[in-house]
Amino acid sequence: MPINYFLILSAFLFCAGAYGVLARRNSVLVLMSVELMLNAVNINLIAFSAQAQDVAGQVFALFVITIAAAEVGIGLAIVLLIYRNLRSPDLDRVEQLKG
Amino acid sequence: MWEQQVAFWIIAVAMAGAAIGVVRANNVVHAALFLIVVFAGSAAQYILLLAEFVAWVQVLIYIGAIIVLFLFGVMLTRAPMREERGKLDNSQRLAAAVVALFLFGVLAVFLVDAFAGTELRFRDSMVEVGSAASVGESIFRQFVIPFEVVSMLLLAALVGAVALARRD
Repeated sequence: MPINYFLILSAFLFCAGAYGVLARRNSVLVLMSVELMLNAVNINLIAFSAQAQDVAGQVFALFVITIAAAEVGIGLAIVLLIYRNLRSPDLDRVEQLKG
Repeated sequence: MWEQQVAFWIIAVAMAGAAIGVVRANNVVHAALFLIVVFAGSAAQYILLLAEFVAWVQVLIYIGAIIVLFLFGVMLTRAPMREERGKLDNSQRLAAAVVALFLFGVLAVFLVDAFAGTELRFRDSMVEVGSAASVGESIFRQFVIPFEVVSMLLLAALVGAVALARRD
């Protein structure tokens, strides 16, 4: 089975995630799109692990999953802080640093 | 081999549709539910690629933990549970669509160019490679230092999340 199937699927998920990061206003939805992009990377890693018949790709996918968990924890804490200070989860209201 | 291809296409179409759903849904909870479909589909793809252990970790961590965190985030930021047409997106939707389509086009062209003849050949010995025993051995022999670094990262993230979210 061609490895390209998995790689193109992963590229599609990555691009959907990139669209979400750019086009979403709600901060929770932006975090979800980032997760979509990280997941796309994992599919790539597992596909190359199967092609090389080496377990290293799977280990790296596990590391990516761990880092994604840490990122969501910190990200949601920041979202909560934004919500507490601005009374809104919308990212375009975060403009205190704008000149 | 054709069963694998049929399974791949069914799961891939479901994943692609759900990914569009995540970035286009007008309801935050629906987006989280679409995200579950994408994660479950990736776990199924890992099984197709004979990465059994990673597939179950994906189910436990992504579907079990991260989605619950997202639903808590939705709850705590009091995101509207009803349909909110247009309020969840900003004004750069067209530009974002152009960027995403351009990126996908470039990636697809390069991937087809680079890996056109590369076939995945599955052998019985590869089931062993994806087993928990083999992955665990690799983590604790070859990758033990990155593993410890990641555990420190998780600890730091835990402390950081508590420090950020605490009310004083």
